[in-house]
Amino acid sequence: MNKKTPLPATYRWLVASRSVAAIFGGYLLAAAWAASMSLWLQKTGMARVDAVSTATMSSFVVHLCAAIWVFAVASTRRAWLGIALPAALLAALAWLARAVAGGAA
Amino acid sequence: MRPDSKPEGIRQSMSWLHTWTGIVLGWLLYAVFFTGTLSYFLDEVNLWMKPELHASVPGADAAQTAAVALAGMQKLAPNAGTWTLELPNERQTTVSASWRDRNAAAGRAGTKRAELDAATGAKIEARETRGGSFLYRFHFELHAMDRVTGRWIVGIATMFMFVAIISGVITHKKIFAEFFTFRPRKGQRSWLDAHNATAVLALPFHIMITFSGLLLLMGTLMPWGAESAYGGDRQAYNMERRGMVPGGQQGQQGQQDQGGGAGREGREGGGREGRGGRSRDGAGAPPVDLAAAIVPMMAQARAEWPDHAVGRITVNRPNKPGTTVELRAHGSDSLTTRGASARLVFDAATGKIKERPPLPTPSAASAFGNVFTSAHMGRFAGPTVRWLLFLSGVVGTAMVATGLVLWVVKRAPERRKLGRTPFGHRLVEVTNIGVVTGLALATGAYFWLNRLLPVAMAERAAWEINGFFLAWLAALVHAAVRPPRAAWKEQCIAVAALFVLLPVLNPLTGGHGLSTSIPLGQAGIVGFDFAMLAIAALFGWIARHLIRKDRPAAQAAQPAQPVLKEVTP
Repeated sequence: MNKKTPLPATYRWLVASRSVAAIFGGYLLAAAWAASMSLWLQKTGMARVDAVSTATMSSFVVHLCAAIWVFAVASTRRAWLGIALPAALLAALAWLARAVAGGAA
Repeated sequence: MRPDSKPEGIRQSMSWLHTWTGIVLGWLLYAVFFTGTLSYFLDEVNLWMKPELHASVPGADAAQTAAVALAGMQKLAPNAGTWTLELPNERQTTVSASWRDRNAAAGRAGTKRAELDAATGAKIEARETRGGSFLYRFHFELHAMDRVTGRWIVGIATMFMFVAIISGVITHKKIFAEFFTFRPRKGQRSWLDAHNATAVLALPFHIMITFSGLLLLMGTLMPWGAESAYGGDRQAYNMERRGMVPGGQQGQQGQQDQGGGAGREGREGGGREGRGGRSRDGAGAPPVDLAAAIVPMMAQARAEWPDHAVGRITVNRPNKPGTTVELRAHGSDSLTTRGASARLVFDAATGKIKERPPLPTPSAASAFGNVFTSAHMGRFAGPTVRWLLFLSGVVGTAMVATGLVLWVVKRAPERRKLGRTPFGHRLVEVTNIGVVTGLALATGAYFWLNRLLPVAMAERAAWEINGFFLAWLAALVHAAVRPPRAAWKEQCIAVAALFVLLPVLNPLTGGHGLSTSIPLGQAGIVGFDFAMLAIAALFGWIARHLIRKDRPAAQAAQPAQPVLKEVTP
């Protein structure tokens, strides 16, 4: 970072892109985790209030790991994929849990 | 992240992440840490800022204090539906009374409060002040903005802190070796060592305080679990989490089907209509003389709880048939219950124990959350633990401050090479001074104004807070116009002077000074004065260090040195 040459514009864009992935992408991933785990933990027999608390408390760790992942991997594309794929998967799981519950009720 | 996009190790990329998450929200985090650390003495600050309360000195006999206070309530609010009395303890000199009139508005709005003299039961009129609550609220909601917005800003900063801490741990793989490494008077190296040492020294505290901070704000920051599992009814989730039945005001039944029996007892007896008041078996009997009836009840409680004093007395339906008195133990035996403590409910007419409500047994999930959040707030911590938390907070504040300074120091060679100070560097430098010492100055000014503003002044509490922000602004301006080294030094001296004189100001403006509070055993007032002296000593030590370092430099007068000196406080 202590280079005397001005930083290339592409570098700045990559940093901005990864920051967005870590902050907002990471938040979306954590939110999908919280929503999905709240529903699925209930299905393991955990009380509803405890399922929500467990899912929400752990979601902050998910966000943390996501942020670290984004800045640790070599390529920005992999960083984004590592956020988007699990987030989509969790969102699908949340939808599935809803659908199963709706069918049962 | 490397500009040339060559591969790099995880430690380098984490170092990069650590620096940038740290500097972006470092100032806000410093303010959160600083005011949060002071909030470990919230009760003490509140007490100090109302010197009128210092004159209340409880006698040795708690039962006598309770009797006097109940007699006082009889004069103050004979027609109330409930009385709640917090008895004096090591952090509180008075009896804090609150009551709810019949047909009072729900929640806090319907609750009236007063401080009673512990020896006489008379109401004490204290000055108007937000006290320590301003610093406490500022610590997680900031000021002059919507509460939710403030919580989001602090929450985002906390998340950054969490990332900064964990990436810092990854960066410093030789973390314990570094803890024992300190190379003083080596410029940048020393700052790095100081930053590492303060970080590692209290690492468990930092992780606990940051993670639990997120948990405390999770209702705002991460509502999506409750949103999905409760179909958008967040309130129902919050009620269940606190162990209350949703919509529980009207009926005890409701949605008891979910969630097992854990933590279902109403946690907060105060202010809420207790369960005891419904029985009418005393109908027709004359009202009970509670001041007399409380003495044997207190004796029974002492026999039941040899390790705990009585902390709170709740009287339901005073002066009406079927009066009940609930005694609650002071302090809890467990952090997992979020401080729930043992209770005894008496029938006031007979003086017999009517109910022994069981302590809640929290589920694993709520026990986990309770341990973290109770530890964060120092709930029910004794004096030793409270001082340890305070000192950990000081270390954490120092960690953020040294990190901020390190950012500037690290860029000193770059500056020298350029032959000028880039605007960004100067901005960080000025803000560092204006925040690190400026906030301490503002807090000192806040305490001074509490004693110097006229007691009868209109909008007094608001002007104490305005003074806080004006002093802070003045510190920022001062940092901008003075050379950085001089600004650091002058502000440190000012902070040390402001804080060291507070224990002197205290008795001169109506409070109990140390010569009175120590013999009377008023631990809360003594604790505040000592905390202020500790802060004064810390800033005085820094100031002395800066002055000493200046002297040989001035004598030697080397032309190469001052450039570096300018940025190295």
